[in-house]
Amino acid sequence: MEGNLNLTLKIWRQKNAQTAGKFETYQVSGISEDMSFLEMIDVLNNRLIEEGDDPVAFDHDCREGICGMCSMYINGRPHGPNKGVTTCQLHMRSFSDGQTITIEPWRAEAFPVIKDLVVNRSAFDRIIAAGGFISVNTGNAQDANSLPIPKDDADEAFAAAACIGCGACVAACKNASAMLFTSAKISQLALLPQGQAERSKRAEAMVAQMDEEGFGACSNTGACEAECPKGISIENIARMNREYFSSVFTSK
Amino acid sequence: MAWLSKSLNSSLGKKLLMAITGLFLVSFLIVHCGLNATIFLNDGGVTFNEGAEFMAKNPIIRTMEIVLFGGLLLHILDGLRLWMDNKKKRPVAYAVVDGAANSKWYSRSMGLLGTLLLLFLIIHLKHFWYFSRLTDNLTEEHTLYNEMQAVFTSPVVVIIYVLGCISLGYHLLHGFQSAFQSLGWNHPKYTPTIKCIGAAYAIIIAALFAAMPIALHFNLIH
Repeated sequence: MEGNLNLTLKIWRQKNAQTAGKFETYQVSGISEDMSFLEMIDVLNNRLIEEGDDPVAFDHDCREGICGMCSMYINGRPHGPNKGVTTCQLHMRSFSDGQTITIEPWRAEAFPVIKDLVVNRSAFDRIIAAGGFISVNTGNAQDANSLPIPKDDADEAFAAAACIGCGACVAACKNASAMLFTSAKISQLALLPQGQAERSKRAEAMVAQMDEEGFGACSNTGACEAECPKGISIENIARMNREYFSSVFTSK
Repeated sequence: MAWLSKSLNSSLGKKLLMAITGLFLVSFLIVHCGLNATIFLNDGGVTFNEGAEFMAKNPIIRTMEIVLFGGLLLHILDGLRLWMDNKKKRPVAYAVVDGAANSKWYSRSMGLLGTLLLLFLIIHLKHFWYFSRLTDNLTEEHTLYNEMQAVFTSPVVVIIYVLGCISLGYHLLHGFQSAFQSLGWNHPKYTPTIKCIGAAYAIIIAALFAAMPIALHFNLIH
């Protein structure tokens, strides 16, 4: 796939969590505008490997915008300049010939760099483990429609459940806050009957874990919502506030 | 009560405290701005002086004055605590940040705007609160209105006050609607109205307050 884009890439290179990183500048040429951003990095990496250099480490898996693995901070924005897409769904036609692109890893106390552009997002897993689950009986699954759920509630829960846990909200937030992620996970369960059994304890447990992981508080700037590739609304953060304080003030 | 202090020290609790104290200060500003706006009645400050005297003598108002300082102090300390906590959460800064792409500059600058407001408040309290409450300079011949006229003869003071009002306007523009979000009050039925009222409130309060030193300095009211 040959193209006519010539780009200057400033990429954060960091050997591991213990060593300090720095920016390296690379020139790539003949990039097709139909390539995804990750394919453009693949082209660079192929060259680096041929030249005997260490390729740029970055997270990726499905490359179709649903897994939440890719995580590049491109020219000052998580997942780059386009709205509602992950880095893998960002195409090089969004850039112009001769442009300089600065690529950084997610920056957060709670997301330490593993190597280059790869960060450790296991803090999200521990927030889920603290309360983002429901209890179900073993045995046969019950009939899907045995619990009546209003369509609006189902839709809202589904919209919250669209969160792929990529961490763009943390990366975008000036406080590296994980409120949008945590609130989406709390919301999807709070809105459904299956989530009621653990509801009174869920928000408190997940917020406590979120704080312990070292994420910041919310300044209500709305940057997370604007940068979220799945369009998760900050209405979920308000719901988390309600869930949390109704639990704090009414639980026994 | 351990449960309460634990919750108020959580990331959500700090914001709840910020929202409650913020809305309390919002309610105070309505009273303060409304009373001061009586100078625009062009009655030589008679109504304004009567109002000021009522505020100085009424025991309920005097008690609320202490509550007000308490609320202001809580708002400042909680803001300071949030700022100190939050800045630790990103130890390595980004080389490039395109903040304007996803949020308003004033929503990201509440700490800075608040600090400017605090500096302004120190000057402002020295000018009027200290003068009227802690000195004997207030007399029948030299009323609070006269003192306002005297203070605002200086163009430097007028500029400081106008800058203070601009900081206040932007602080309120974000703070008003942000407080409701922190309280969990985000709903399609109410949020558009809250945002609208917040914007109108911020602009009206800031513009009215800014108009006072300007009008007095240029002798536009009598």
